[in-house]
Amino acid sequence: MMAAEITYEQLSALNAAYGASIDDDRLESWPEFFADDCLYKITTADNQRQGLEAGMVYADSKGMLHDRVTALREANVYERQWYRHITGTPLIVGRGDDGVTAETPFLVVRVMRNGQSDLFATGRYLDRVVAGADGKLKFAQRIVVCDSNTIDTLLAIPL
Amino acid sequence: MRTQPLPEWDEGLTRIPYWIYSERQVARDEQDRIFAGPTWNYLCLEAEIPDGGDYRTTFIGEMPVIVVRGKDGEVYAFENRCAHRGALIALEDGGNAEDFTCVYHAWRYDLEGNLKGVAFQNGVNGKGGMPESFCMEAHGPRKLRTATVCGLVFGSLHEDVPPIEEYLGEDILGRIERVLNKPVEVIGRFKQALPNNWKLYFENVKDSYHASLLHVFFTTFRLNRLSQRGGVIVSEDGGHHVSWSAIDPAEAKSQDYSAEKLRSDKEGYRLADPTMLNGVDEFGDGVTLQILSVFPGFVLQQIQNCLAVRQVLPQGVDKTELNWTYIGFTDDTPELRRMRLRQANLIGAAGFVSMEDGAVGNFVQRGIACAEDEKAVVEMGGAGTETVNYRATETSVRGFWKAYRHLMGI
Repeated sequence: MMAAEITYEQLSALNAAYGASIDDDRLESWPEFFADDCLYKITTADNQRQGLEAGMVYADSKGMLHDRVTALREANVYERQWYRHITGTPLIVGRGDDGVTAETPFLVVRVMRNGQSDLFATGRYLDRVVAGADGKLKFAQRIVVCDSNTIDTLLAIPL
Repeated sequence: MRTQPLPEWDEGLTRIPYWIYSERQVARDEQDRIFAGPTWNYLCLEAEIPDGGDYRTTFIGEMPVIVVRGKDGEVYAFENRCAHRGALIALEDGGNAEDFTCVYHAWRYDLEGNLKGVAFQNGVNGKGGMPESFCMEAHGPRKLRTATVCGLVFGSLHEDVPPIEEYLGEDILGRIERVLNKPVEVIGRFKQALPNNWKLYFENVKDSYHASLLHVFFTTFRLNRLSQRGGVIVSEDGGHHVSWSAIDPAEAKSQDYSAEKLRSDKEGYRLADPTMLNGVDEFGDGVTLQILSVFPGFVLQQIQNCLAVRQVLPQGVDKTELNWTYIGFTDDTPELRRMRLRQANLIGAAGFVSMEDGAVGNFVQRGIACAEDEKAVVEMGGAGTETVNYRATETSVRGFWKAYRHLMGI
């Protein structure tokens, strides 16, 4: 599939599947949304604006995404919680030979085990989406730019 | 001024009464006696205000503060409160200013916090205005003393605070100089809202006992095990500390952990991409971890090549603002910078080894909801606050309470 053929509908379907893999606690499938050569970063709008490159999460290999999941399952301690991703309409901002760049707004509600539900994060995904040899769309880059500079308590599950 | 007496604390440093984390009067007294007391409070990095007119807004305890580089190159700091009606003078996190004008009635201050202009001071069309007796010099926000050490800017509201070098002491100062030995630059800023009293977080920083028990990530990868070579340095007054560790070849043979079958010892846990932990011994002494705290709310952290400063700010009795500033050096090679970015996965709100610290204070805060008269037991390593060459101890936690109780008069 040529990059120029990637449609809004396909991007929306990709985002819907991405959100569902996290919200349904199928985290083991989450790294598969990324290309082998990828960058996944969670940062804030302030850092992004000021060109400060560090992230709360910074994974520049698919292996690091797998390690996030393994750590959440095996190592890290956090109170039981779930997310609900609401992903907006992608805005395609550029098309290249190997894919498209897109910006997609998101809301994530965090539901704690005691029932407390909070608007945990809002922001936009800055994506570069490429088509693999099998035609499947993958994120070569997903920069999660949170609107707020503050994270409540901790950020365990990826956004 | 203390408006009502606090409950009795008649025991030593090994028992911490839980009312200390929940009494409103405690929080009020802390503002007067700790944050506005004879202490140095971290304000910002010099690298954040390099040029004349550069400023940052921050807090000392709960008091809003502006810290600014004057045109003369000196660092000034003053309360972010207009002398007129008390409104905030500066509303941004930082920037560059010629002067500061309160938005409410346009009272204007110079970069040192001196009141320089009162709008309509002489009235309009000869009517109204301030009385002739009004003297601008007699009005202004409270000014802070400032001190800089290794590019860190500290402020104090107290007249009798000792010089910063004396306040820190030789051991702590040396350990700051060890890390901040050349110009730094900010590579990211993050805030964490902690649902617990500020002291629970600051104790957690000083608690070398919990590190490899709560944080399995460290343990498994031999980054921080109590049986590694390491120790805890506690300052004379107890308030500051350094916990450090270095790789010890003998550790490979140690069976202390597996014998106790601790939750944090996960055999067979392997990273798919272990290059995340690739680092270099940039300080040349083999020390892979140095957590340093300065009373009452500053942390300097070196975990391999991951460098950050943290500022701990109280927000009432049960909330804390934790400000993370990730740093590198201005002369970082691209390779070293990438190592810092990757190792930063260890720290912060989503950190493999620090995520739990965001939650554990809240577990205590909720656990002690009806236990004001009960007490925590802080007896690991005895009852003292001395420097030791091992880390299965709570000496620096007791040190915190020693300094705290001295200032609070309890």
